[in-house]
Amino acid sequence: MQYLEFEKPLAEIEGKANELRAMATANQEMDVKAEAAALDKKASELLTDLYKDLSAWRKCQVARHPDRPHCKDYIDALFTEYTPLAGDRNFADDHAVMGGIARLDDRPVVVIGQEKGSDTKTRIERNFGMARPEGYRKAIRLMELADKFNMPVVTLVDTPGAYPGKGAEERGQSEAIARSTQKCLQLGVPLVSVIIGEGGSGGAVAFATANKLAMLEHSVYSVISPEGCASILWKDAEKMREAAEALRLTAQDLKKLGVIDHIIKEPLGGAQRDREAAIASVGKTVSTLLGEMDGMDRSALIQQRRKKFLEMGSKSLA
Amino acid sequence: MNWISNYVRPKINSLFSRREVPENLWRKCDECGTMLFHRELTDNLNVCTSCGHHMAITPRERFDNLFDGGIFTEVKVKAPVADPLQFKDQKKYPDRMKAAQKNTGEAEAMLVAEGQMGGTPIVAAAQDFSFMGGSMGMYVGNAIVAAAERAVELGRPLILFSAAGGARMQEGILSLMQMPRSTVAVEMLKEAGLPYIVVLTHPTTGGVTASYAMLGDVQIAEPNALICFAGPRVIEQTIREKLPEGFQRAEYLLDHGMLDRVTARTEMRDELITIIRMLMGQPPAIKGELPAPAEPAPAEEPADKA
Ligand SMILES: [Zn+2]
Repeated sequence: MQYLEFEKPLAEIEGKANELRAMATANQEMDVKAEAAALDKKASELLTDLYKDLSAWRKCQVARHPDRPHCKDYIDALFTEYTPLAGDRNFADDHAVMGGIARLDDRPVVVIGQEKGSDTKTRIERNFGMARPEGYRKAIRLMELADKFNMPVVTLVDTPGAYPGKGAEERGQSEAIARSTQKCLQLGVPLVSVIIGEGGSGGAVAFATANKLAMLEHSVYSVISPEGCASILWKDAEKMREAAEALRLTAQDLKKLGVIDHIIKEPLGGAQRDREAAIASVGKTVSTLLGEMDGMDRSALIQQRRKKFLEMGSKSLA
Repeated sequence: MNWISNYVRPKINSLFSRREVPENLWRKCDECGTMLFHRELTDNLNVCTSCGHHMAITPRERFDNLFDGGIFTEVKVKAPVADPLQFKDQKKYPDRMKAAQKNTGEAEAMLVAEGQMGGTPIVAAAQDFSFMGGSMGMYVGNAIVAAAERAVELGRPLILFSAAGGARMQEGILSLMQMPRSTVAVEMLKEAGLPYIVVLTHPTTGGVTASYAMLGDVQIAEPNALICFAGPRVIEQTIREKLPEGFQRAEYLLDHGMLDRVTARTEMRDELITIIRMLMGQPPAIKGELPAPAEPAPAEEPADKA
């Protein structure tokens, strides 16, 4: 378990409790039950307190927590018969983007998502969840497959953003993102999207232009990273706390603004503290949201999506 | 003749207003350093007569030259909720807006108009880089939607001139949402079978490039325009890759298959007329300066009928 900076006091208490228990295991005569229980209680109270009203910047940190379940964890746990389909038929297979056909509650679907990786090796393999043009083009291809065979599409969004590299630019990063967003809008099948961690800018939009968009309670969705915003508008990357607040990138603010449809509650202390519970909640929400679109025909689905985006922006936080 | 007064007057007016400011009489080309006489530069659409460098041009100046006789009717754009996030960095967003409005004399970063170009009816939208870097916020999104709706209503093609540093951060997620919103507008044109021509001008970057500016039926860029998603500085800083000469410039993109054409601003109008008339199944145009339409169709009649 890795602790975030703001969780340091918690780390101390939980560390002490663990130490006590270890000592008791080594020395059978010691009775630490009462002391350990008191520490546990203190830790749990502190955890509740810390997570009760997370600031926007803290939410960014939780959203990026390395132990948080990632796309692959959700696919492994929620879908059956997952059959990965690779490549953009053009240049490469982008490992930052997972995708394929699978069953969700027995129903065939196409699932696509950005995967950040879970250790140094896989993080590099996955390019930290930053897709290149071929990742978006793979997504487009899979969405076309879904559309052809009348399978709903589920996307899991978790990316710092599109990859800023020479090759990515040369191969048309912008065009690939634009076409992926356009494909989302053209789908005659339901598209449900969940932001499970970071929804970073255009790289997220390309997957999240959905009929129904849900966000995990401590995930974020933003036009720019707080660090990037701070360095441009405050001319000081250290002002990321202020920038995070100003950007209104939390699920709670985005719900008020009418940008997202649903917030998925996370276990106390964030998805990283109880991965199974978080994954199960996401699964339940996706099924519910897909169910809400049962019986809608192709044109109704397309119109609903269009209308939603055309009307977006009429709600203000004031 | 009615059109002469309409046609000539705006040019005289603009000449007068600029003459009042003597330091504006000469302008130095930022590329070759040549001092250019203002009137000459304006006549050449802000393209350096010495080296061909394309300087910025406002949407209004562009439309003055694009539409026959400089006559066009603005398409009304719905005003969005002002400052929806109550955004404040070192300055308040409404203060930044006021400053931009004062500096440019424009309401926002995009101008939409309808009129005729070489006798060809069109709707055009142009982004204003001088207004907060042309940034795409809700107004720009509304402008693109209004432009597409008007084009569909009139059965006309849409020509969009892009110029932007990207999304408007002060509108946070709502600026990001203009990527799908503007794409809905592109879809409307597509469904109606109407041409959507994008002219990418310097610079077109970020979320703008990654949405409506890259979805044209025909993609034309002005020479040497910077066109990218992530800018060269971002790439150099984060990835530490050495970038080749001309990277992300119009000609480089053309070479990499990302554009149809790179065309000088001074040739653009004729080229747009040619392309649009073919795509619309219209007979070839009579090239050159055409008089303004006798009846500026649904336009508000100019005040003077002299
Ligand atoms: Zn020059």
